[in-house]
Amino acid sequence: MRIARPRAAKMFAAAIAIGLVATGCASDRDDDDNGSGGDSDVFVFGAAGNPASLDPSLGSDGETFRVTRQAFETLLDHEPGGTELVGGLAEEWSSNDAGTEWTFSLREGVTFHDDAALTGDVVCQNFDRWYNWSGTYQNTTLSYYWQNIFGGFAENESEDAPEPNYVGCEAPDELTAVITVAEPSANYPGGFSLQPFSIHSPDSLAAYAEDDPSGGGEDITFPGYSQEGGTVAGTGPFQITEWNKGNGEVTLERFDDYWGETAGVDTLVFRTISEESARRQELQAGDIHGYDLVAPADVQTLADADFQVPVRGVFNIFYLGITQERQPALEELEVRQAIAHALDRQNIVDTQLPEGGVVATQFMPDTVAGYSQDVRTYDYDPDLAQQLLADAGHEDLTLDFCYPTEVTRPYMPAPADIYELLRADLEAVGITVQPKALTWNPDYTETTRDGGCDVYLLGWTGDFNDGYNFLGTWFDGYTKEWGFENEEIFDLMTEARTEPDVETREGLYATANEAIMEFLPGVPISSSPPSIAFSADVNPPTVSPLTQENFAEVSFK
Amino acid sequence: MLRLVVRRLLQLIPTLFGLSVLLFLWIHRLPGGPASALLGERATEESRRQIESQLGLDQPVWVQYGRWIRRLAELDLGNSTQTGQPVWDEFTLRFPATIELGLTALLFAVVVGIPLGYFAARRRGTWLDVTAVSGSLIGICVPVFFLAVILRSVFAVNLGWLPSGGRITTGINATEVTGFRVLDGVLTGEFDASWDAIQHLILPGVALASIPLAVIVRITRASVLEVLSEDYVRTAESKGLRKSVIRARHVLRNALLPVVTTIGLLTGSLLSGAVLTESAFSFGGIGSFIRTAISGRDHPTLMGFILFIALVYVLINLLVDLTYSLIDPRVRVN
Repeated sequence: MRIARPRAAKMFAAAIAIGLVATGCASDRDDDDNGSGGDSDVFVFGAAGNPASLDPSLGSDGETFRVTRQAFETLLDHEPGGTELVGGLAEEWSSNDAGTEWTFSLREGVTFHDDAALTGDVVCQNFDRWYNWSGTYQNTTLSYYWQNIFGGFAENESEDAPEPNYVGCEAPDELTAVITVAEPSANYPGGFSLQPFSIHSPDSLAAYAEDDPSGGGEDITFPGYSQEGGTVAGTGPFQITEWNKGNGEVTLERFDDYWGETAGVDTLVFRTISEESARRQELQAGDIHGYDLVAPADVQTLADADFQVPVRGVFNIFYLGITQERQPALEELEVRQAIAHALDRQNIVDTQLPEGGVVATQFMPDTVAGYSQDVRTYDYDPDLAQQLLADAGHEDLTLDFCYPTEVTRPYMPAPADIYELLRADLEAVGITVQPKALTWNPDYTETTRDGGCDVYLLGWTGDFNDGYNFLGTWFDGYTKEWGFENEEIFDLMTEARTEPDVETREGLYATANEAIMEFLPGVPISSSPPSIAFSADVNPPTVSPLTQENFAEVSFK
Repeated sequence: MLRLVVRRLLQLIPTLFGLSVLLFLWIHRLPGGPASALLGERATEESRRQIESQLGLDQPVWVQYGRWIRRLAELDLGNSTQTGQPVWDEFTLRFPATIELGLTALLFAVVVGIPLGYFAARRRGTWLDVTAVSGSLIGICVPVFFLAVILRSVFAVNLGWLPSGGRITTGINATEVTGFRVLDGVLTGEFDASWDAIQHLILPGVALASIPLAVIVRITRASVLEVLSEDYVRTAESKGLRKSVIRARHVLRNALLPVVTTIGLLTGSLLSGAVLTESAFSFGGIGSFIRTAISGRDHPTLMGFILFIALVYVLINLLVDLTYSLIDPRVRVN
């Protein structure tokens, strides 16, 4: 026994020594200026998810667009830090009175990453490519936005595909492109600012055509070119050079011939770190220079530690949805009003949302054209809520309350905590709440869409500044998730959708907002800016309410 | 010996077939589908229906299963609905990371666990024994995500000794040959990259090792205690054999038999444990990919991965049986 003691001690000493050597040698990591292997001109940003494709035309999610936006540009863009449409690759744009012909005057001297020049012809080639997509490309997963904004294809291969609204594109001269659609839509001109409609170089388009995805319609098949850097070429301040899927890293290099101001860093890397706590700790450890979707609880901690947490503008809506069909009580206006008066929404804003959050009075933030100052409002008034329930004969109301787990959304950072506060509010006025916690993806989204909850939490971040992008998402006709019929609201939305005149359309949205808040299909809770954080040693980009940061503005101090 | 191997391999076919049927039914019974997962809150009823019909998910389950098994017969696992790439390609891309991490964790668990278990048994009732037993209990109980946060907080954020996540420092020059980062660095002479990869392996390796280490400590301890009370140990001592000979040839060798079995079974569980550990450390192996496949209802990926784990389990069991017969002459295979 005694003989073995020193041996045991030796073994432990050896193990500890190995650990110390490993960690001791690792301690020189502190000497780096930043977490990029000592190269002081590599900016690393922690993204919450992988991009799906390096070709933005095939994307439908924010993580894809965050990457592609640095390399690809659209005809129209949004002002830095705002939601107003401004020129992108087109300096000016106009439409005919009917809203069916859109003319874009392109910038001069714009070159693609492969040296090709931007012309009207190239713009038309891009639009014609999307319109003529066939086979796998017609799968909604790959062409969600095209189908959503421009309808179907030249040859629809499935009965499910919508009728095409795109008619054609012409280039009357070198720097003009005219795009024609069959019907006016509230999606124009805002749709021309969407990343999926970025303009690619002619050589890229030719390469894409040769790389048609294999596999039948029963597979989602992203083509090879969209999965590796090198083929895709846009006009943006960075060019995508590599996508290392093993590391979860997309690398972009500065494009020196960019038509605008060249990027402030040589190399930009987006690294996928799916866990929020891991993203925070990587920033604190100096391994990354910034990350998105900061948990509200971490904002103050980071700010106190000298990290930069700039506040974005507000461009989302978080609401309590009500599925009226689920039980007759919910079809009664008084009951819905009681629910609205029962909720202390200011408390949610004060305790659960980042700085800059506000209580919502209608189903769009006040930054969207069509916001009305004259909607009916519902102040926090538990006594009135109880009175309304009593008048309606529903003092014993019971509600299935769905809320999502394992998720942070830009408009809803901590769903379970928010649910707890709202549950307490509802129970305080005598409503019995039956919780229904569901995993966000896909149980929750599917259950709520299918009308499987009495009340539920959901929200929306706008794509562009048009009221239809918000109101049309929910109220342009009957849906199971709301479970009501209201011809007045539906007609207003249909009218707005096809109204070419912007001012008239905004008037219709304002009227619709007023009608919606009288009818109260659900309770708008808040609009809040999703938090983003940066290390102290960088000049961060102008933060965008649309989460469309331009990382070319980033530089090291 | 050969007959045993062939028989066990043949048994694999009905096992995997039965498992595939159960799995297919289970996965397709899960609420939600790829359409909602892909489009999130943008998945309108119409777009969802469209995607389901395009992916053939609106057909009866047996038709879908028939299609899947037909493709499997051609060694085609289908395409991941998350990435639109063949599942097989996604696996081969990510497996080196998972194997590298698994081996690190296993090495750590064995190198620390066996001596710790052995000395805990030899010094039963002492502080070493109590520490080893209670420490192993903590190792089993602490969730890996929590452990990840603590490890990162101490060693990456506060002390700055180790990287907080990922496989290799962004921007470091690392040529990929085999996909095994440490090995690649050695092969290409990029020793910096090799060393960097080792540093990136330490924290996730420790986190992934926490459960296997605890299990090995406890099994070794129990096994050594049992062997120490055997007659043949007493006989060896009464014959006047040197203590070192008794410990090595009689105690340790016999006590290690159940530990070898445990290590074999733990290898399979390391694969499933990697799902959480890799996600926690953004390690980018198959584990992180599966975690997103679960939430994304990526049926083809889930089917391929779970069947693969089953295959690994069965093969490791076979390997353990064969090893057993080599180190224990009492085992008569035939």
